[in-house]
Amino acid sequence: MATIVQRELSATAWRYYAPLAAIGALLAAGFAAFITMEVNGHHVTGMDNQIVWGLPHVFAVFLIVAASGALNVASVASVFGKLEYKPLAPLSGVVAIAVMAGGLAILAADLGRPDRLVVAMTHFNFKSIFALNMFLYSGFFAIVGVYLWFMMERRMQALSGAVGLAAFLWRLILTTGTGSIFGFLVAREAYDSALLGPSFVVYSFAYGTAVFLLVALAASRWDGRALDEAMTRRLGRLLALFTAAALYMTVVFHLTKLYVTRYHGIEAFILAEGGVHTLLFWAGQIGLGGVLPIAILYSRAGGSRTGVLAAAALVALGGLAQMYVTIIGAQAWPQPIFPGWQESSSFFDGEIHRYAPSLPEFFLGLGGVALAAALIAVAVKVLPLLPESCTASSSPQPTSPPARPR
Amino acid sequence: MNPATRRGFIGTAAAALAGVALAPGVRLIEFAAARAPAEPASAKLRWGLLIDTTKCAAGCNDCVKACNEENGLKSTGRPRTDAQWIRKIDLKEPKTGRQHSAPVMCQHCAHPPCVDVCPTGASFKRADGIVLVDRHTCIGCRYCVMACPYKARSFVHENLTDQKPDVPRGKGCVEGCTLCVHRIDRGQGTTACAEACAKAGHEAITFGDLNDPASAIARRLRELPNRALRADLRLDPGVRYAGV
Repeated sequence: MATIVQRELSATAWRYYAPLAAIGALLAAGFAAFITMEVNGHHVTGMDNQIVWGLPHVFAVFLIVAASGALNVASVASVFGKLEYKPLAPLSGVVAIAVMAGGLAILAADLGRPDRLVVAMTHFNFKSIFALNMFLYSGFFAIVGVYLWFMMERRMQALSGAVGLAAFLWRLILTTGTGSIFGFLVAREAYDSALLGPSFVVYSFAYGTAVFLLVALAASRWDGRALDEAMTRRLGRLLALFTAAALYMTVVFHLTKLYVTRYHGIEAFILAEGGVHTLLFWAGQIGLGGVLPIAILYSRAGGSRTGVLAAAALVALGGLAQMYVTIIGAQAWPQPIFPGWQESSSFFDGEIHRYAPSLPEFFLGLGGVALAAALIAVAVKVLPLLPESCTASSSPQPTSPPARPR
Repeated sequence: MNPATRRGFIGTAAAALAGVALAPGVRLIEFAAARAPAEPASAKLRWGLLIDTTKCAAGCNDCVKACNEENGLKSTGRPRTDAQWIRKIDLKEPKTGRQHSAPVMCQHCAHPPCVDVCPTGASFKRADGIVLVDRHTCIGCRYCVMACPYKARSFVHENLTDQKPDVPRGKGCVEGCTLCVHRIDRGQGTTACAEACAKAGHEAITFGDLNDPASAIARRLRELPNRALRADLRLDPGVRYAGV
């Protein structure tokens, strides 16, 4: 068997630092947005007392869900024994950690009192899914960190399968927890469904694979060392399968809602009469984010890196559209306080709530993406994460490069 | 000091001493139901409100004004981000055209979803049923706003000044009706909204101890058909509605 050699990113000078500077500029814009919101309060955003979770949450929840899914490649290698994915497993772990960090940073920066983050880490209400998620998120960093260490340290590789299994189970629970943040909100008609937990797990498979593909293809282009077409096609097929499963969960979710008469109003809103929400659902989540990438991946274009790159970008954008509809669409629909009565008040009861995101919250969201990108860019530069070359027929035996004995 | 002045001084001093000595007694009588600061809230009590929508006048906003005055809530001219602890909801039955108006505030649930979801425990329920936010541990995540079925919570979107000493408020925290907890703990025996409603001659809001069968609220709850809002959620709110 041939030996897979993994190395640090070899791109240097402007080919590395120019994109890094662009990422840095976005990160700085995100930080400026955070300071603006912190100093002035949330009235500088489009959020209000009707839409209390806005664009930052769309980005944050997308990144958190994608992070757990970005671990797919490592899981496929170590849990499901598809050894040809093993050379990509360390990168998969790093993407998972970086994207999770980006998502959580947005959530922390969007708090009304970000200065009290330590309170959130020292006072726990264990009935709150948020509190449980804090353990799930910090545990995710720890487990994936150990997993990375065991994968990259030859003496520990024998144990990496067991840790990989633990990481896989942990990320399943984590994403169920993330979906349940919404699913258990019985007061909101758009939620109130136990299906949201498992749906988010399936969404995470699709979004995480898409984000991983974007990173892997970008890194290999950056470096001149490409994933070969066969490996790219294989990952593309995996993405198509996960995207189809995500569509299935979406269909089942809405069919179960439509079965219940009291949800007909919210379903009509999301599926037919909701303006931007309806557009984002059909054109964004279903069309551009679901049907089109599957069509690309199963067409001739699916065999090319460009085709797979386009499909992955579409799935990621579809994921953002899904989060917008799931998070903001749900809040736009008024809560029935006196069911059966028409309501009106100075507090906008009985009205469809409008929402126009402002620049600070948009840049806060992009800042989280930039943080994830920066962490990945630095990690691939300093750690031997990228395979020298990765082909679908690669050996299952990654070892240290001779030039870098460990 | 001549004798006349001395007599005057002694007289004034005696009157002052008598005042100092008697004042606590007077206060004791006046604040008979007040709770000592160290004394915990009692689970024997369950504070609540009864809203009789048949007495609530459409267009009357006195309860809202009184609440804003009592708790120091001011308009910033940005109604979408302004906090509202109580608002009047105008109701119309679409088939019959029947109309009602009703104040809605925190319903002080026995099983409050805001308390369930709060990650830090800042949302909490006192033993006497009052649901509050601890402003020292609220991190401003707004999960409670998402969870409340009554849209009773507001997030403070900007800097506040001139807060009332009894009512801690601040940017970045979530807040809502406290059932005038500062009045209850002083033994004042009513909320600002109920007081204003009575003053306006409507008496649509009755405040009291739901657990005391002899209380006015318990008597009226026995007499009037009434219900909890979103009773389907079985949160056992401390606020009940009659007439709608």
